[in-house]
Amino acid sequence: VGEMETAPKSGRDVPPKKDKLQTKRRKPRRYWEEETVPTRDGASAGPPCNKKNRELRPQRRKNAHILKKSRISKKPQVPKKPREWKNPESQRSLSGVNPGPGSSPLPRSKAKTRSRLEVAEAEEEETSIKAARSELLLAEEPGFLEGEDGEDTAKICQADIVEAVDIASGAKHFDLNLRQFGPYRLNYSRTGRHLAFGGRRGHVAALDWVTKKLMCEINVMEAVRDIRFLHSEALLAVAQNRWLHIYDNQGIELHCIRRCDRVTRLEFLPFHFLLATASETGFLTYLDVSVGKIVAALNARAGRLDVMSQNPYNAVIHLGHSNGTVSLWSPAMKEPLAKILCHRGGVRAVAVDSTGTYMATSGLDHQLKIFDLRGTYQPLSTRTLPHGAGHLAFSQRGLLVAGMGDVVNIWAGQGKASPPSLEQPYLTHRLSGPVHGLQFCPFEDVLGVGHSGGITSMLVPGAGEPNFDGLESNPYRSRKQRQEWEVKALLEKVPAELICLDPRALAKVDVISLEQGKKERIERLGYDPEAKAPFQPKPKQKGRSSTASLVKRKRKVMDEEHRDKVRQSLQQQQQRHKEVKAKSTGAWPSALDRFVR
Amino acid sequence: MTANRLAESLLALSQQEELVDLPKDYLLSGSEDEGDNDGEREHQKLLEAISSLDGKNRRKLAERSEASLKVSEFNVSSEGSGEKLVLADLLEPVKTSSSLATVKKQLNRVKSKKTVELPLNKEEIERARTPLEQEIFNLLHKNKQPVADPLLTPVEKASLQAMSLEEAKMRRAELQRARALQSYYEAKARREKKIKSKKYHKVVKKGKAKKALKEFEQLRKANPAAALEELEKIEKARMMERMSLKHQNSGKWAKSKAIMAKYDLEARQAMQEQLAKNKELTQKLQVASESEEEEGGTEEVEELLVPDVVNEVQMNADGPNPWMLRSCTSDTKEAATQEDPEQLPEPEAHEVSESEGEERPVAEEEILLREFEERRSLRKRSELSQDAEPAGSQETKDSSSQEVLSELRVLAQKLKENDQSRKQKASSEGTIPQVQREEPAPEEEEPLLLQRPERVQTLEELEELGKEECFQNKELPRPVLEGQQSERTPNNRPDAPKEKKKKEQMIDLQNLLTTQSPSVKSLAVPTIEELEDEEERNQRQMIKEAFAGDDVIRDFLKEKREAVEASKPKDVDLTLPGWGEWGGVGLKPSAKKRRRFLIKAPEGPPRKDKNLPNVMINEKRNIHTAAHQVRVLPYPFTHHWQFERTIQTPIGSTWNTQRAFQKLTTPKVVTKPGHIINPIKAEDVGYRSSSRSDLSVIQRNPKRITTRHKKQLKKSSVD
Repeated sequence: VGEMETAPKSGRDVPPKKDKLQTKRRKPRRYWEEETVPTRDGASAGPPCNKKNRELRPQRRKNAHILKKSRISKKPQVPKKPREWKNPESQRSLSGVNPGPGSSPLPRSKAKTRSRLEVAEAEEEETSIKAARSELLLAEEPGFLEGEDGEDTAKICQADIVEAVDIASGAKHFDLNLRQFGPYRLNYSRTGRHLAFGGRRGHVAALDWVTKKLMCEINVMEAVRDIRFLHSEALLAVAQNRWLHIYDNQGIELHCIRRCDRVTRLEFLPFHFLLATASETGFLTYLDVSVGKIVAALNARAGRLDVMSQNPYNAVIHLGHSNGTVSLWSPAMKEPLAKILCHRGGVRAVAVDSTGTYMATSGLDHQLKIFDLRGTYQPLSTRTLPHGAGHLAFSQRGLLVAGMGDVVNIWAGQGKASPPSLEQPYLTHRLSGPVHGLQFCPFEDVLGVGHSGGITSMLVPGAGEPNFDGLESNPYRSRKQRQEWEVKALLEKVPAELICLDPRALAKVDVISLEQGKKERIERLGYDPEAKAPFQPKPKQKGRSSTASLVKRKRKVMDEEHRDKVRQSLQQQQQRHKEVKAKSTGAWPSALDRFVR
Repeated sequence: MTANRLAESLLALSQQEELVDLPKDYLLSGSEDEGDNDGEREHQKLLEAISSLDGKNRRKLAERSEASLKVSEFNVSSEGSGEKLVLADLLEPVKTSSSLATVKKQLNRVKSKKTVELPLNKEEIERARTPLEQEIFNLLHKNKQPVADPLLTPVEKASLQAMSLEEAKMRRAELQRARALQSYYEAKARREKKIKSKKYHKVVKKGKAKKALKEFEQLRKANPAAALEELEKIEKARMMERMSLKHQNSGKWAKSKAIMAKYDLEARQAMQEQLAKNKELTQKLQVASESEEEEGGTEEVEELLVPDVVNEVQMNADGPNPWMLRSCTSDTKEAATQEDPEQLPEPEAHEVSESEGEERPVAEEEILLREFEERRSLRKRSELSQDAEPAGSQETKDSSSQEVLSELRVLAQKLKENDQSRKQKASSEGTIPQVQREEPAPEEEEPLLLQRPERVQTLEELEELGKEECFQNKELPRPVLEGQQSERTPNNRPDAPKEKKKKEQMIDLQNLLTTQSPSVKSLAVPTIEELEDEEERNQRQMIKEAFAGDDVIRDFLKEKREAVEASKPKDVDLTLPGWGEWGGVGLKPSAKKRRRFLIKAPEGPPRKDKNLPNVMINEKRNIHTAAHQVRVLPYPFTHHWQFERTIQTPIGSTWNTQRAFQKLTTPKVVTKPGHIINPIKAEDVGYRSSSRSDLSVIQRNPKRITTRHKKQLKKSSVD
């Protein structure tokens, strides 16, 4: 009598129902609703939204990850095996397994997991589609500058641009002649409405640069190394000769932070409310401005620090050192997250673009390099400049500006997400003194340059993001709105220890402790609760449950499992072979390759 | 002591003025005259001498237990009174006598007056009376030596006049600097002497030994006779060492260590070290060249023996440093001129410059000091020669001594010229309209920097970095390997410089291809303001640029290797020495056993920066972030990736449109104000107390029978 026995297969399942997803997605029934007639379907969803606000403001998504098909294709493949048994009833009777009537032949969790995964995928797709659709609401378009048939845009000077644009935009080009108090550093607030600048000889001022309304102007009677707005334009951090001072927008000194001494550069991380300071003594200090505590003071062990910038994508601080390396820091780690050797000489300036994809560095070897920050940290393009760039900055839309002596050069990329090509400058401008500070104004096509002759605000078409998120950084917000935003921002403050190279790390499971916990559990219980139970043949009647037959059945199941394994490994091997073959045919080494070394 | 001194001063006083009477004397021997007093003193002396004869040369304090005649002013002591004796007390008369005071004043006045000096006096000195004196005066006159006022000889005066003000100033400044340097050096030496670290001193000692050896080599080259002497000294030292019991494991320390050696590995090692040292010290020196040197100082042999050190020095010196290139050649010239027997053997200042690491600053100072000395000696020599032949010496001086200086000057001029040319460029560009063609200014310097063979290694590595630019990560593994290989085999480097040169050429081409894009570039070239400090700063920056990047790549690779080593999991060695076999000093467990008990650490996952030579990524786990991550899988999931998939999409309003956000965050249960929420019933959950109600439920709502219901139903029906 030939008996057919198979092990319960994990992959097998009833085929996914078509309507399953729909049933899942059906809105949950509410207790106040009548069971039979779901009348108020649309109106009940969620809390009432503030229509007036939402509809007027165009939505802008931060960290725009458009979820495309690549993401979907990345999803784990749940093996869908073709159905093997045509007649499940007969199979059941044949096999030694006798599942209870009505129950599915699979463990329930599998189906559940799968359904969860499917739901997640559907949600993802839906949100991405919605995001793509809402881009229609972004009404504004970025500016641009085009030369007349082959004319070099770099030859267009500011006066021409001012003539060409409307009066309101033309007014955004101006010069502040402040020759008395030395080279200036400057900083725009996050909304791009306010401008603060500090001269080396102590002159500190803050103003609404659009209306040219002065907020405050003081002389701190001490050298000013750097200046930066905190989360809003009401607070101002100034790195003075000795200590770090914080002023409000009236020019009143609020704090003198003596634990941050001899600060050379400042950076503010807006989502973490952290003020990062780099000091002459070689320390990188993180100050939490919401609670006034020093979160971390890290010794970079690389001498004086005076090159610093932040990665807006993951809030990692980049420091440039005199030995040609750029180190990446987070307050959670005592050592740098990564170190990149960029130049043969010391690093003079570092800048990271707003998507966190590209980093521009310039060094004492007169090179300007653009690095890819997505894991490889390799230079994408290199350019030798006649005198080397002392200052660098990226605009919101990826334009790169470099200050070399008293000249600023601006390079633009081809597309939106492409790195700036260093072939030809997009714009150039000569100033009345050597450049000392550079920043693009957010949400404006304006570049602010601080130099020894004062401040210059120049027009750079296509620099700023045209559409702003009214809830996030609204240039036109009132005082009340600002206060409301401040509270919200404080509530959404990200803990400092979450800063790491991959900002999505929070969406990952801590695998190491998971494994550890599993191991401990097994040790505690004395067995593995999740292990598959060994096959136990069912007792049968009519003498078929003899020891020999039991052993036989067991052996059969074991063999079947083994065969499965072998089959799988064979398949994998074949696949690998195929891949290797494809690769080798793709890049056949030429005979001349031996000379390339 | 004080009493003794008092006595002396008193003696002097008594000799000066006898007028003042001492109270004690006065009391007892007021009528005694001088002679009597003298006799008594001598008697006292005699007594003292006799008393000191007994061997114990202890100075006795005169004790006055009773009134006696023997009391004198030389033995005054303040023992009895218990307080210190003050001189003024002694000088004071018992009662003030007005008559004596006037006399005293007069006497004082007389004493203070000086005798009148006669102009004749001088003449008398000059005049020679005896024939011997005459002869001496003659001699002095002949040699133009000063007779009366021995300050400066005419020669010295002449030389003083000959020395110009600038020269004097220069000399003074030099002296000052030398003095300052010396003081620094001394301070440093003192500081270093205070260092307690044994390891440090060991290192210093080793360095000194090395230096001594090198000096000896030099000496052998320059002065074979002195070298022989030195050799003899060394030989003698060796003999002494052989005779003595030093370093023979026989001292007190060694014995104590020997006791410990059985248990303490370190003690064992220390003893071994001592023995090794003994061996080293008593080893016979290899004096292969001695006989050949005696034959006639053949230079070729010497070169065979010595050269690697010297040559290496020069190579190193001219290797990474563009400015030293010329000065080094001048050095060699100097060395050539040195062969003249007249000239003194001068220490080569630049050869010391290759000393490495910690010793560098010391060496530099020494170099400076030595340089000063050198220059001084040069000047002296030139002066001398000037005196001898004032006309012809000029050229020789120029040729020999000032070569170094001239080289330096040339360098400085070059720097200046470079600057000026830059400035000129800048100024000319200032006149031309702002926008201009780019001029590859730094490229002019490039070749100078590139053409040296010593930099090949670093350059090559840089090239590897550069290559990746063009290949875009396709060939990442190879450069790493190459880099490692070149790092690993530094000894082979001098063997194959030609190959590398060839390679370098190719690389250069590639470099040009990658960095220089042939397209037309137009941008404004920044002007440079012609300020004083700006210029200075520029110069400094230029030098900085020229020197930068020499060791950057090597340092980085070294650092990375260290980091990789540190992050590797360590093997655990559980070998017990002496377990199951013979143990003891100097015995090591067998390789088989070690292999057996060595628990190899599991190979960790490959590093992320394995294929990225210019990157160092920290592999340490960020525990602060991990604290925020999920560490337990929720129920239905069996793999962490499944769960990760479900939480991948951000649901915040920051990342989503308003609609999507609302949809994603709809709660499962929404309560509405004003509606009664009925308590939960068993039927709602599908749980029943009896089969009766069960049936009723089914009848009422037949659609909602779940599998579970069915199961239960079946069970109850069976029951």
